[in-house]
Amino acid sequence: MKPAPFAYERPRDLDAALSMLAASGGSAKIIAGGQSLGPMLNLRLVQPELIVDISGLAELKRAEVSGDELVLGALVTHADIEDGRTADVTRGAMRGVAANIAYRAVRNRGTIGGSLSHADPAADWISALAALGARVTLRSLAGARSMAVEAFVVGALESALHAGEIVEAVHVPARSPTAHWGYAKSCRKTGEFAHAIGAISIDSAAASARIVIGAIDTAPIVITDAAELFGGRIDADYKQRFDIRAADVLLANAGIDDAAQRHIHVSVLKRAVLEASA
Amino acid sequence: MQENAALRNEREFPHGKTGQGVGARLPRKEDDRLMRGRGQYVGDVRLAGLQDVAFVRSPLAHARIRGIHLPECHRGSVFTAADLVGIKPIRAVSGLPGFKISEQPVLATGKVRQVGELVAMCLAPTRAEAEDIAASVTLDLEELPAVYDMLKAREPGSALVHEHWGDNVFLETSYEVDISAALDAPIKVTREISTARQCMSPLEGRGVVATFDRRLDQLTLHSAAQMPHITRSGLAECLGMEEGQIRVISPDVGGGFGHKGILLPEEVCLSWLTMRCGHPVRWLEDRREHLVASSNCREHHYKITVYADRDGGLRGIDCEATVDSGAYSSYPFSACLEAAQVASILPGPYKMPAYRCRTFSVATNKCPILPYRGVARTGVCFALELMLDLVAAEAGLEPGEVRLRNLVRPEQMPFDNITRKHFDSGDYPEAMRRALAAIDVDAIRAKQKQGEADGRRIGVGVSIYCEQAAHGTSVYSGWGIPMVPGHEQASARLTPDGGLELRVGVHSHGQGMETTLAQVAHEILGVDVANIRIVLGDTAMTPYSTGTWGSRSMVMAGGAVATACRELGERARRIGAKLLQHDPAAVVLQNGEVRGVNGSVSLKAIAHTWYRRPQDLPPDVDPGGLEVTQGYKPVRDSGTFSYAAHAAVVAIDPDLGEVEILDYVIVEDGGVLVNPLVVDGQIYGGLAQGIGTALYEEMPFDASGQPLATTLADYLLPGPTEVPAARLDHMETPSPYTQFGVKGIGEGGAIAPPAAIANAVNDALRPLGVELMQSPITPHRIVAAVLTARAAERSAA
Repeated sequence: MKPAPFAYERPRDLDAALSMLAASGGSAKIIAGGQSLGPMLNLRLVQPELIVDISGLAELKRAEVSGDELVLGALVTHADIEDGRTADVTRGAMRGVAANIAYRAVRNRGTIGGSLSHADPAADWISALAALGARVTLRSLAGARSMAVEAFVVGALESALHAGEIVEAVHVPARSPTAHWGYAKSCRKTGEFAHAIGAISIDSAAASARIVIGAIDTAPIVITDAAELFGGRIDADYKQRFDIRAADVLLANAGIDDAAQRHIHVSVLKRAVLEASA
Repeated sequence: MQENAALRNEREFPHGKTGQGVGARLPRKEDDRLMRGRGQYVGDVRLAGLQDVAFVRSPLAHARIRGIHLPECHRGSVFTAADLVGIKPIRAVSGLPGFKISEQPVLATGKVRQVGELVAMCLAPTRAEAEDIAASVTLDLEELPAVYDMLKAREPGSALVHEHWGDNVFLETSYEVDISAALDAPIKVTREISTARQCMSPLEGRGVVATFDRRLDQLTLHSAAQMPHITRSGLAECLGMEEGQIRVISPDVGGGFGHKGILLPEEVCLSWLTMRCGHPVRWLEDRREHLVASSNCREHHYKITVYADRDGGLRGIDCEATVDSGAYSSYPFSACLEAAQVASILPGPYKMPAYRCRTFSVATNKCPILPYRGVARTGVCFALELMLDLVAAEAGLEPGEVRLRNLVRPEQMPFDNITRKHFDSGDYPEAMRRALAAIDVDAIRAKQKQGEADGRRIGVGVSIYCEQAAHGTSVYSGWGIPMVPGHEQASARLTPDGGLELRVGVHSHGQGMETTLAQVAHEILGVDVANIRIVLGDTAMTPYSTGTWGSRSMVMAGGAVATACRELGERARRIGAKLLQHDPAAVVLQNGEVRGVNGSVSLKAIAHTWYRRPQDLPPDVDPGGLEVTQGYKPVRDSGTFSYAAHAAVVAIDPDLGEVEILDYVIVEDGGVLVNPLVVDGQIYGGLAQGIGTALYEEMPFDASGQPLATTLADYLLPGPTEVPAARLDHMETPSPYTQFGVKGIGEGGAIAPPAAIANAVNDALRPLGVELMQSPITPHRIVAAVLTARAAERSAA
């Protein structure tokens, strides 16, 4: 289990990194924490000609509150968030998610930008950040563009990144004082990738809710107008109104044929709803 | 109870009292090295000129090889079966009647019969470069239908793994004692029960460094091996060399569990390669090779009927057991050890008047099945103990009651059971009673009536087994496999400065034998454990032994060390008597000294005299001196029977299928324990593996014979957070047949947990109409069963 030969560069600034990516013509891979790419290289599932190590790019390590949103550079680690080294506008929601990603050793090195770029359906951030209504900024030599996280993840291990493009930052909106947050996942053992993820950000005062059903075989199911899961309206008794049949239909429509698998997903989502209402 | 054991040790084993002899909870000597990261494993062997090997392995489960295409630039670095002229395939033949022989070519010829089978060997200065070469080799394979399901493989018309057999059955066996006597029993329960295929997953995989010494005309193979002498015999047969031309060194080994008892095609290949290319070569198994190509075990299927009376008394068992043996018969244990064992051990520690069992060892396009800690016992215990809970439910009795009614009783010892297994000693009902009391079944029943606030359901389960260990010549001669254990030997030698060297042919890969064998020697000779060195794992340095397997090392090598040390002590005593100017009859060896009424002389002084001042020796001194090799067998070699009762409490969320182990109790009787601390460690480790079998570990295959769990992200092993802090309780019923009354206990911890946990899960879910008869019990299987039961309830209503 050794990688195929590759060239290695560790640029000093983002412009240099983007130039290297552009010059590679799509045969390069970016490495940050390496927690997913490392094993994939060793298993020879990917065989890039060039590895661009961005871990030296100070501009991607910044974390700051700008207006009413938090901007996290792509190189912020899960442990940075878990330990509270970054500011927080989610009232602890992101910290809770970060603390339960894999194992501490993974959290020490794994980055938020890397996790999104890898777009593993079973990973936490693609579901949690979609539920929080976050956006990502992508940058290439041609410039920057921005999109919602749910638009960024297009399938299993598939993102909207173009060749030569890099996730630069994540923009997380402040969670309103009246919004409730619930996040649950089912793992067979501590630290394992999830088999089901349920995330909910619900504000009954504003009658709005975002719900994510994640860790399915493709991109998470993101419901930005979640009233249908609560009998058509969102109000203070949403816990009682949560409609597991409606959730089951969503999963069936997403192509999940196995009833037990759907039931586990729905039960996990229900757990997230209960957590939000607690 | 532990106090009682301590008192008895003080009486029988005086040196246990000093903290070093038999019975002492001595910290392990080897941990000073191992816990500081200073162990020396195969991967740490550094030899000048060493090059690395990567293998081209079959990507298909079953295919005809039409061609192997090597890039021109790598000719000379890639070797195939065509290069291995004169190398014989691995043959592990069983002498049981009807056994069909498989020949496992060390590099594939003609056909490939499993994913991961070795096809070509690639050599380069580093492993990464060797893998680059391997990736450049292309195989032209004609895919054949894969035999992936052992039950379908038994049906006529199945594709054939070995065409000339005419079917896929390595061996069929049967055993019967008057099953017709059971057929009128009022309780009759029939089920199909199965255990998943697993991978053993020691921390260290297999690994080989081979080199050839021209001066000695000797091949030296460094290999992570449990049984170096057996490996040598197998290598000599395949390579066509004299055994004296081969030295096998097994350095520190990071867990064996049976996986490292097997002769590998890789060992044969690298032995050939180093002689061909003239420099040392190395292959270290990576985790994907381990999972895909190497260490399969445990896949059993039972179709079983248990007959009982209304009071839960067993009337008989009727069973058809099938074991997926994989493509080849592994050396030396063969492809049928596991299934054929099932027939003889299925009755466990229970009495019954009638019994019938047929077994099938079935060839499939999977890796050869290897004996894993507990071997067939884990599957057998799972099948029988799940069935006994169903008998209890039918009879309206507590599961513990049914066991107590049927277990062999202490006053029946020694006891020959229905398959003529000879139980040496023990009080099985007492172990079960203690487990039931410790887990507090009544309290769990009361809690179940109340229900849990969080909506989970709790359940309690028990299981009990017996573990035949250190079974010897009389048992293995009947199997007719390439290896039959005889007398176990040990060499003991006093050094000129009074230290003690012990040489044994077994090996230690986590068992703590550098400590426990020293404790045995200390018990006899009184030499400080710190001054005793144990030499293991080297065919050039140790007496012949079949090695470490079958929980035999403490009984056999421990017995041999005691025997050799007694003889050594006797010789020293005679020299000591002369130095004390005493009649030899009037002196004794005590606490490392020869003592008479005139005074005493230390072993150190006696050793100094033998080696450095022979002029002071008596004229009639034993010329053998202070170096002794002695052999040992227990009084009866039919094996020691250790046992344990396990009890588990679990909580289950029926909607998520999550199982949490809330409490776990083990009441174990391994005879006299040489070092209870080491035994505790063995039990905890076995429990972790048993929990893996119960809840996590599974190597699934698709219909083309592809293994689907090819990394540890898919092949789940329990971690520290999945293993509860079990409560241990020891009983110590000595074996009447062994030195000190010890019994083998190495495997037991891994035998009973799947049954206890499954019984607890079924106890929790029985009110929902749910029954799980398959390991591992995964969240998906639980939820699927719950949904099925709910649908059945709805349609009934």
